Amino acid sequence: MKVTGKAVKFENNIDTDVILPGKYLVLTDPRELAKHAMEGLDPAFPEKAKTGVIVIGGRNFGCGSSREQAPLALKYAGVRCVLAESFARIFFRNAINIGLPISECKGIASNVEDGDELVVDLEAGIVENLTKKRSLQVTKLPPFILEILADGGLIENLRRRLKTK
Amino acid sequence: MNITEKILAKASNKSVVRPGEIVDANVDMVMVHDLTGPLAIEAFKRIGVNRVWDKQKIVIILDHQVPAESVKAAELHKMLRAFAREQKIRIYDVGRGGICHQVMPEKGHVLPGTVILGADSHTCTYGAFGAFATGIGSTEAAAVFATGKIWLKVPEAIKINVTGQFQKYVAPKDLILHIIGLLSVDGATYKSVEFAGPTIRAMSIAGRMTLCNMTVEMGAKNGIIEPDETTRKFLEGRVSKPLPPFEPLKSDADAEYEKVVDIDVSDLTPQVACPPSVDNVKPASEMSNVQVDQAFIGSCTNGRIEDLRVAAEILKGRKIKEGVRTLVIPASQEVYLQALHEGLIEIFTEAGAMVCGSTCGPCLGGHIGLLAAGETCVSTSNRNFIGRMGSTEAKVYLASPATVAASAITGRITDPRELEGNKA
Ligand code: SF4
Repeated sequence: MKVTGKAVKFENNIDTDVILPGKYLVLTDPRELAKHAMEGLDPAFPEKAKTGVIVIGGRNFGCGSSREQAPLALKYAGVRCVLAESFARIFFRNAINIGLPISECKGIASNVEDGDELVVDLEAGIVENLTKKRSLQVTKLPPFILEILADGGLIENLRRRLKTK
Repeated sequence: MNITEKILAKASNKSVVRPGEIVDANVDMVMVHDLTGPLAIEAFKRIGVNRVWDKQKIVIILDHQVPAESVKAAELHKMLRAFAREQKIRIYDVGRGGICHQVMPEKGHVLPGTVILGADSHTCTYGAFGAFATGIGSTEAAAVFATGKIWLKVPEAIKINVTGQFQKYVAPKDLILHIIGLLSVDGATYKSVEFAGPTIRAMSIAGRMTLCNMTVEMGAKNGIIEPDETTRKFLEGRVSKPLPPFEPLKSDADAEYEKVVDIDVSDLTPQVACPPSVDNVKPASEMSNVQVDQAFIGSCTNGRIEDLRVAAEILKGRKIKEGVRTLVIPASQEVYLQALHEGLIEIFTEAGAMVCGSTCGPCLGGHIGLLAAGETCVSTSNRNFIGRMGSTEAKVYLASPATVAASAITGRITDPRELEGNKA
């Protein structure tokens, strides 16, 4: 599974209240949610993300509430993959479950700048920074998680598994 | 093994599990609320199974935006009720329950030694009863609705040994804020946090719930406390099944921990978490120059009867400062009724506070009591992130019920011990 895109970089401890403020949780259409992605930090984000981007975070990306609407808003805004030094666990699981590629990558924050062109290969566990001409290792995901991502999310994965049973 | 490992081993039919191992666990209970439930139901319908795996093991609680604050919320509530009816699932509707994390143990849905999931990050609260409880997202809840199973990575554990006696007006909230200040907001990411020691044994269920509730604010997967007589007393008469034996729910003497932290609370003072991060913790006495516009006593962290009693003790016979609006929100209908019987509602109302029906309310800024730009709130809840309680330009300080009540009286952040003996 290869993903390409320009990097949009954020700092440490980005919480779900800035990724998607609580007042939008009554929205159920993911395209509506996407309009408010990252609104707490950068209201221009949805515009930037349109063409397909890779979000880079520092430590503890996605901390805070269990709202799945946070990774959903990112995905529908155009985010193709999220890489960070570390993640809050519920955000991490949610991203996988809704089919948004995600993995930890030590050193990513110091090796990528806003706007760098990246190529991520989650199976091989490698991210290439085409702009800076360097590559970094990405934590390899267990095969069953790669499978969920390849299926497009947990529900699609479950549908397939329940059918083949 | 420690208690968390023992519970996960049993749930996955293994005799031993080790940190880092991924297990397929059987789930004993799963909860969704009005903001995470609708997505879960939509996802469930897409899976293509007709019935949930076990209707007895699913609970729906309306608490975040109750009573419905908009037509949109009303529609979501309606959908939840319809699903509950169709699947014969227990639902706690407006006026029947309260905040999910208070209702779950109160109504007997939490048993020591079980695996409980909730589509809410503060599900870790039930560790106070010796359960393994953790938050998940809506899609995952849907998968559990269908299968009754979840994959879990066995977490590394941190043990926090607590000794000493709290001074007057110093509370478990001050302890957990102090701990988060020490460990930082990602100091326990993916990990289990186990509280132990004589201070924990002497602590009420309310205090234990406050501690476990906030473990997620340092990234923890779960918080947990071994069950004991205090646990038994709280649960008896609430649970329908007999309580399991507590003996197997103790960490072995040779259980392994990644880290052990010893804390003596004897010298602990009232603490405040300053915006915009829960680990930005300072003594309340040093923050007395911070003026407040709103004081909030409530939430799943500190909306229990014990919390309301302390606040009422401070507010009794005093008046809240002009210009400070104070909201008191009992965590559940049961707490509300108890507060009514004890005359606490009267005390709050006389002091100039507004008492609202049980709801999450201002805690997540989705409903009542939102903040305008430039305003400051001192709150007993658990998060002070940017925009959490309304405007992204508002500020939230987190503190204990005693500190919030004292601050409501003076109009600035106040160490409650400052007011001792000077009743107006
Ligand atoms: S009271 Fe606040 S933290 Fe607790 S469940 Fe409600 S919104 Fe979440």
